[in-house]
Order: sequence, then structure tokens, then C-alpha cells
Amino acid sequence: MSSLTVAYAVAFYVAAAVLVLGLVVKIKQYATTPSPLKIPTMPAPRTRLGVVLRILREVIYFESLFKSNKWIWICAVLFHAGLWLVLARHLRYFIEPVWFWVVLVQPFGIYAGFAMIAGLVALWARRIVVNRVRYISGPSDHLMLALLVGIGFSGMMLRFVERTDIIAVKAFFLGLLRFDLQPLPAEMPLLVHLGLVITLMIVFPFSKLLHVPGVFFSPSRAQVDDAREKRHLAPWAAKLDAERDSAAAE
Amino acid sequence: MAKAPTFDIPAFREDLANPAMVEGAMDHSQPFVAKPEHQEDLGFPGELVENWEQKAVEKLGDLLGKNKALRVYLDSCVKCGACTDKCHYYIGTGDPKNMPVARQDLLRSLYRRHFTLAGKIAPGLVGARDMDKEMLDDWYKYFHQCSQCRRCSVFCPYGIDTAEISMAARDIMDHIGVGQKYSNEILAKVHKIGNNLGLPKPALIDTMEGLEEDVLEDDGVAVRFPVDVQGADVLLVTPSADFFAEPHVDGLIGYAKVFHQAGINWTVSSYASEAANFAMFIGSYEQMHKVAARIRQAALDLGVKRVIFGECGHAWRVAYSFLNSLAGPWDFLDPKYPVPQHILEVTHDLIQRGAINLDPSANDDMTLTFHDSCNVARGSGMGNMEGGQFIIPREVIKASVNKFVEMDPATTCEKTFCCGGGGGLLTDDLMELRVKGALPRMEALKDVVDNNGVTHMAAICAICKSQFSKVMPYYGFPMDMIVSVHQLVSDAIQLGTKE
Repeated sequence: MSSLTVAYAVAFYVAAAVLVLGLVVKIKQYATTPSPLKIPTMPAPRTRLGVVLRILREVIYFESLFKSNKWIWICAVLFHAGLWLVLARHLRYFIEPVWFWVVLVQPFGIYAGFAMIAGLVALWARRIVVNRVRYISGPSDHLMLALLVGIGFSGMMLRFVERTDIIAVKAFFLGLLRFDLQPLPAEMPLLVHLGLVITLMIVFPFSKLLHVPGVFFSPSRAQVDDAREKRHLAPWAAKLDAERDSAAAE
Repeated sequence: MAKAPTFDIPAFREDLANPAMVEGAMDHSQPFVAKPEHQEDLGFPGELVENWEQKAVEKLGDLLGKNKALRVYLDSCVKCGACTDKCHYYIGTGDPKNMPVARQDLLRSLYRRHFTLAGKIAPGLVGARDMDKEMLDDWYKYFHQCSQCRRCSVFCPYGIDTAEISMAARDIMDHIGVGQKYSNEILAKVHKIGNNLGLPKPALIDTMEGLEEDVLEDDGVAVRFPVDVQGADVLLVTPSADFFAEPHVDGLIGYAKVFHQAGINWTVSSYASEAANFAMFIGSYEQMHKVAARIRQAALDLGVKRVIFGECGHAWRVAYSFLNSLAGPWDFLDPKYPVPQHILEVTHDLIQRGAINLDPSANDDMTLTFHDSCNVARGSGMGNMEGGQFIIPREVIKASVNKFVEMDPATTCEKTFCCGGGGGLLTDDLMELRVKGALPRMEALKDVVDNNGVTHMAAICAICKSQFSKVMPYYGFPMDMIVSVHQLVSDAIQLGTKE
């Protein structure tokens, strides 16, 4: 087994562990930190089901962003929807036999790759052209876009310019999943593509990509409008009530 | 106006889409700093503590563990820019630090430096910074240029609410000894006397008796304005401005007439003679709890069955969304009624049931529009229905007047603009900010004045009413253009037709 294969295999294992553990820690933190008060952005749903639908609208078609700015919305949808389709298309490298719907999605995944890159480039252009967005953009915002564009671009290279031995790539990933290492083709575009993906996985739980779990825990979106009907009390705030009531009893 | 302003009044914009950016435009704006006695009255250090840089980080850590919103919001922002043109202070001043995301970043930079791996390893890359004098100055200036109106949170794809960030930053500053004079001085008055104005019981009784005489003289009806009546059914908690400021007091007369005609036995309390809870502005749960406890105590002492709030925006947010947490459980009150109720819910219900008679032609000399107060619109509800806070005030207005016109829908309901004076900024030392922050509302008002003949704008918030009476003249509108909704009810109600 080449040292390159071993290096990439180890890197993937490490990256997967960092991604999963990092997200578990963060999600646990979000889930367990109390909310002292009811702060849904009103008007808000009055039932739990309503809140689930509100969050679904937020994550599926970016409802609030749509209200805000149609250009950002179009770019964001192009990128995110493109990314989902591309990810779905990539599933075939990790499963055998390939599920029927994954077969169906293959041709769309190609177009989605273009959409994804177009969305990213447009979002990046906003960071340079629109003065307000330029003002709020820091180095990490540009680097994140560079990383994602790099992944998209190197992926498209692999599909259209320097086609790699995809059978071997699939064998490598199935091997990773089965803890049975298979050789990885030593081709530059492929190594770049995979290297960038590994970087993304590691960076994920330490970066603004935390918006992915964050949106599900955002109190302004995830709380029910029922403050008058149900008493909401954070555990740490309960002791203030006890002090109040004992003072009143004296 | 007493004297000419020392700043430029912003011009109505031709192009609403792209507010111009002027870096540092409001770098000179900051409210008076609380004196040691204002701070110590609330249990905060009197002046900047030793080791304040460290203490600020510790307080941030404390808040992160107590408030999910802060955690999630500080992590989640992707700098998409959706909020950048949504804040009335950015629109009015052009200062980029008044873009909600940039305001958040003032705190986020400290968070990243001390509570994220990326900020510890590569601070320059992710905009992480240590606390220093420059950062503290920026905090004091720009977290006092946020009125906590939550407009940005409507448009944020993650619902990030800059109000939460501003509240946390102000709480941290209070804890290191740098508080805002206006809010902290007022809170001390509430703790000592029971209301923001420091109006003691004898003055309150005197005022209320004066109102009884006024109404008797004007309408020939003996409408009562009771104070501290033991065993009354309803405790009315209303902003203390309602007791004497114009146009607020006309609203209070309206509530009294509604109660009178509906035969509701009510009282105000001299102990809890304030609806507003300024502790929300400074982001202190403990202070909010202490202020709210007065209302609970008054309700217990007077033995009332219901609690009803007068027209007040931030007060209604605290009342509707927080009061059950802060001062509950309310199991000693009549379970048939929501706790608390808004006076508009009460009036609306009475209108629906035909229990009060309104003659809208009494207001035919006016054409009305309605300013949705930010904290009612985005921080509360009414009528136990989604969006009731938009429907109920409008239905009450339409029952009281014949001529009603809506402003541009991009500036009403959930998208309403703050009046420019909310969130603890209604102080003369921030007059430039208040005038500039009113720009988007003034533009929308100008549009309906010019095109639809609007003569008056109704509001349901004491801050909106005070702020607009003060800033509207800067934009060429008369100060008495702003009215209370219950002032309209007061004019239209047909006393003596239902008793």
C-alpha cells in the first residue's frame, strides 16, 4: 500500500472524527444551554407543529432571506440546492449496490455542480462589489468561499477534463468504510479535490458553517408563541423566584 | 425647538434601495455614562473595575452558559449581508457599524478570541480581538445605537437577533462599571418609588383626581380614575408617561372611559405604577425580575382578578412574552383571562360584543395612519392568534375613525421601523441619533401625508409617542400629529349609552 493512500486514509478518518465529534459537542451545547425567556421573532407559530414548519421553510427555501434580499437568496439557493444534489450524486461512491434514486440523480448532479459554482462565484462577487458586504467580510469569509469554489472546481475538472479512475476511487472509499484499505489513484486533481474536502470537514465545527446546526436551535425561530399560556422558566432563574417568595413570606 | 440642531437632518431619500455608507459617521455619539450612585443603586460597580478586560470576558462566559440565543447567534452568522440595510440607524446615519452584523461583530470578536478554537489559533483570520479600551469605547457607542427593535432578526436566515447581543453587551458593561445613566437612573427610581418618573403616591392620586375633573368638565360624565383600590377586579399597569405627558394622557382617559362604559371595576397601583421595564434595555434578567416582582406584589396586595397593561411597546413585550417567566405563576388570578391582557384586547373584545358604542364620525377631522411599535410587532402578540398584534389595533382604530390609510407595507407589521427612540435611547443626550433613526418612518409618513391626506399617526407605545412628538418637527411635521389609539377611542366612545 502506498504511503499516499495511507496518508489520505488517515486524514479522512481524522477529519470524519473531528467533524462528528465537533458537531456533537456543539449540538449538545446548543441543546443544553437554557433560554431564560421566550424570544421568538413575532408573529410566531402558536403550536409546536407550526414551529417545525417554520424551521422547515427556513432551511428548505430560506424564507427570511427571501424577505430580505432576492439576489442573495438566488445565489444562496443556487449554491445550497446545487450542493445537495452534488452530495446526493456522490453517494454512489460510498454504497454498493447503488440505490435507485441515487442512479436517477446522477445527470442532475452534473448540472448542479455548475449551479453550485455559479452561486458561490456570485456570492463572492457580492463580497467584493457591494460596499456593505465588503465592509463585513473578513479573511475567513473569503477563504471559506475559496475552499468551496476549489472543491467545486476540482470536482468539475475530474468530471470533464482529467477523468480519474472512478472505479478505483470508489474502491478506496468502500475500503475506508470497511476498514480494508484499497489504493487511491495518485492523480493531482483528485488529490487536490479530496484534500480540500478533508480541510472542509475539519474546519466545519470551528467555523461559521455552524449555521447548519445553529438554525435549528435559534430561539427566535424555534420557540412557540405561548408565553402567556405556559410558564417558561430556566433552571438558573428559578432560584430568583425562591428568593422573591421567601422575602414575600417574611 | 429650543435651539437649532448641531447636526444635519437627513434628507428624504430618492433611492430607498441602497443607503449610502459613511464610515465613522456616528463615532461621536454616546449617551451619558452612569455616575457611581446610579450604578451602585442597581448593585453594579460604581466605576470601571480593576482588571476590567478580564472581568468582561468572564461575564461573557457567564452569559454564554445562561443564554442559548447568545451562543447560537455568536456562532451562526455567515456574513451574508441580509441585515446590512435593515437597521433604521444605519439607514439614517450611514455608519457601517450600525449595520446589525457589524454591531454584532463588536461582541463577536471578543467571543471568538476567547471562546472559539479558530479565534485562539488564528485571531486575525476570523476577526477575533482582545478586549481593550478601543473595543470598550466602540461597545459603549454602538451598543447604544441599537434600539433592540428586532427588525434585523426578521430578515436574518438564522433569526439572529441583534437585540440579544446588545443586551448582553450592555449587561457586561454594567458589570465592569460602565453603565448608561438614562436607563440605570430610571431603574433606581422604579425600585425606590415604583415608576420611571419618580412620581410619588400623593402626586399620582392628585393627577388622577385632576383627570376625573377634566373628564367631568369635558364630557359631563363622572368617569373614575382609581388608585390603590383594594379588591378591584382589574389592576391597570400603564407607562407612567400616561399620567401626564401628551398625547399619552389622552390614551389613559380612553382606557378609563372604556372601563367606565363596560362597568369594569379597576385600579392603578401606586406601588407598581409603571408598565415599562427598563431592565430589558440593559439586558439584566435579575433587574427585570426585580421590577416585575412589583407588579406581582401589587396584584397580590390589592387582591385583583386580572392584570391589564396600557399602551406601551417594550412594556408589552416584557408583559406578553416575559412576565409569566419573571413574575409568575399567576395562578391566583382569574383563569378566564390571559395574564396579562393588553388594553387593546379588552377594548377590541368589548367592541366585538357590542358592549361599548363608538361613533367614528367624532374623529372625522382626522385621517389616520398607524405606526406598528417595534416591540409589539416583533416581540409580542395579542388576541391569542398569530399576527393579532397587527389586526387588533387596526380594528380598534377603524371602529373609532372613518378615514384610515396604511403606510408602505415594507414599513409596517413585522417589517415596521422603530421610531428611533426605543431600547433605552429616548434621552436628550442622543438627540442626533434619535432624529436620524426616525428617517425611514418619516419617509413612509411623508408618503401618505402627501398622497393620501393623512393628518395623524396613531401609536401604542409611550416611547414612540414621546419620540415622535420630539423628532417630527425636525422633519416638518407638527408634534401633535402623533396620537394614542385610545385617544381615538376616547373621542369616539358614546358615554351614557350603555350603562
